[in-house]
Amino acid sequence: MTPIYLDYGATTPLDPAVAAAMAPWGVAGFGNPHSAHLFGYKAKSAVEIARDAVAALIGAAPATIAFTSGATESANWAIKGLMTHPGQTRRRIVTLATEHSCVLETAQYLATLGAQLTVLPVRADGLLDLGDLDRAMGHDVALVSAMLVNNEIGVIQPIAEIAAIAHSFGAVMHCDAAQAFGKISINVETMGVDLLGLTAHKIYGPKGVGALYRRPFTMLTPLMHGGGQEDGRSGTLPTALIAGLGAAARVAGERMVTDHADARMLNDHLRAALTVPHRVNGDLAARWPGNLNLSFPGTMIPLLPHLPELAISSGSACAAVTGRPSHVLTALGLSDAEARASLRIGFGRFTNISDIDIAAQQINALVSRLTSGAT
Amino acid sequence: MEDMGEIAMKSRIYLDHAATTPARPAAIAALAEAAAVVGNPASVHSGGRAANAIVERARDRIADWAGCRAEAIIFTSGGSEALALALNTPLRVLASATEHSAVLAARPDAALIGVDRDGVIDLAALAAGLAAGPALVAVQHANNETGVIQPITEIAALVAKAGCKLLVDAVQSAGKLPLPVADYVAISAHKMGGTPGCGALIARDAETLVAVQHGGGQERGLRGGTPNLPGIASFAAAIGEPVDWRAIEGLRDLLEARLDTIIHGAGAVRLPNISNIALPGVASGTQVMTLDLAGFMVSAGAACSSGKVSASHVLAAMGLGDAAGQAVRVSLGAATTAAEVAAFGDAWLAMAARLTKVAA
Repeated sequence: MTPIYLDYGATTPLDPAVAAAMAPWGVAGFGNPHSAHLFGYKAKSAVEIARDAVAALIGAAPATIAFTSGATESANWAIKGLMTHPGQTRRRIVTLATEHSCVLETAQYLATLGAQLTVLPVRADGLLDLGDLDRAMGHDVALVSAMLVNNEIGVIQPIAEIAAIAHSFGAVMHCDAAQAFGKISINVETMGVDLLGLTAHKIYGPKGVGALYRRPFTMLTPLMHGGGQEDGRSGTLPTALIAGLGAAARVAGERMVTDHADARMLNDHLRAALTVPHRVNGDLAARWPGNLNLSFPGTMIPLLPHLPELAISSGSACAAVTGRPSHVLTALGLSDAEARASLRIGFGRFTNISDIDIAAQQINALVSRLTSGAT
Repeated sequence: MEDMGEIAMKSRIYLDHAATTPARPAAIAALAEAAAVVGNPASVHSGGRAANAIVERARDRIADWAGCRAEAIIFTSGGSEALALALNTPLRVLASATEHSAVLAARPDAALIGVDRDGVIDLAALAAGLAAGPALVAVQHANNETGVIQPITEIAALVAKAGCKLLVDAVQSAGKLPLPVADYVAISAHKMGGTPGCGALIARDAETLVAVQHGGGQERGLRGGTPNLPGIASFAAAIGEPVDWRAIEGLRDLLEARLDTIIHGAGAVRLPNISNIALPGVASGTQVMTLDLAGFMVSAGAACSSGKVSASHVLAAMGLGDAAGQAVRVSLGAATTAAEVAAFGDAWLAMAARLTKVAA
């Protein structure tokens, strides 16, 4: 049987409405959006309509949005672009231990080039203690980088408060919103975010496209050089992918309340259906409800191999490449073994109650078998 | 808007295939198929494995075609990123003056090697530049504005003799000429019948590269980030399809003979599908606009950012002076017909008669 897909944190299915929006730009509308002729103008108009949709969803002006190949490029551009700008006089980056590897590895790379790095711990509930941030700050900090919705445990960091502290020290606020964009309300003005990265494939759009919001006058050097197409990001824009991002943003905006309520309902249903003792990793209130990261007291072996009918994960998809225990869960205080024995379950727009019921049954059966000692 | 677009497009002739060319049917089919696979290629569950299998099959297929090991292929978001990856090196860079702006802007510190009036690199100047010590040489296989092909074999021999590294930008030539042999070769899907948003760097020794994009460990740590799965699938599907470029070259040559004007780079060996056509005294932007209104889509050089039509740095490097801003690039595609080229010839001659009369 085809496993039940419950790994919406890794990637989401393409929404048919998004696929339909992309279709005209594959064959008939193949023009290069940078060309100065009719096909070029048509492609360009599709790109600009998408830019409007993305901007509208984060309360920004369209001109502040630059398209990228995804959230990883957005984070690389934001962090390296800011830290390597010739006008940059500050050397320190402050970030959180639970950030995505695209932020942590980029910051670590810059540290090898002379940047200073402060990685703040989080509390056991996965949230930042604002007092810790305040104490770590100084006027040497160029950049504070914090994720809006965590990719592994779903918690929502208090970005507006973090940004206020960052700004009080004259630092720039970067937010990786890959897991939040289109799912929860974002406004770069009220949140005080200066740089915000997002991606399409976590909100039922295509892989290979994302964007970076840049507050006007933020000092950024380009990451990708060339034709200068995106005001600091070069390379031919993929019209179909961008139209897909725009359509995904539009649908997400229209469905935000519904999608959120549905995810909340599935979340409640799953927790109610789990009869075995379990613990939810990460705060339950400040959370995107389409994520449940679970530990099962008494089980210390990786559970995933025993759940072949469920397409779920333990940690991020990227971490699966390396096989290391989740750095997010260990930052919450879990041991390596506990982290490896955890499950990240992600669900959303195309998940049915019956999918959740089957997942709960299989997890219940496995965990009770393991904890009863009848192995 | 879509319906209106269909009508307008049918009466239009597209001769800007060097900017981008329509994806081939096999590529579109592969794109749709891959888009329906739900899974992140990095995930270990079956959805992820299915997605990863698509990426690895595509890598194998492109490696087969390129005649290299699968591990030599690093997928990127396109030609510009592939070039940026290779150019992210502590080595000094030597580049021909006619390189794509992706190279020139990535390494503004590059020492530029001049070209002759036909756009061919000055090998003596290159040899002199190489003598100064370790370097990475960046040279286009074929120029995107003139189609002029560089003598890569000779360049590679000089570079090897000097113990330096060679990066070849094969974005325009890949699929039309055999891939050159070099330390690094950059290619782009959407110039080859795939879809935009995907490219690759082919690296003989990938371990010498320094990542530009960090995080996630994908592409063996050389390019982090969830890959453009459908784009990669379409890329691989596009490369297998043969095209009769000889026939296209015949159409191009016929057109050039008929126009009886200066063709920039015509003294050199060129790609079969590109023609850089001079109309002395008339600004490129005016020509592009006039031809667009007449129903023919061409460009004034590279499709960098629309509205920003300035004199071509490529033609300027060829020593053309004012003429560098008085030409258009016409580029034919796999499906371009003799009738389309003939109609363009009529339109160009009519434009030339009208605009040069006004100018005189």
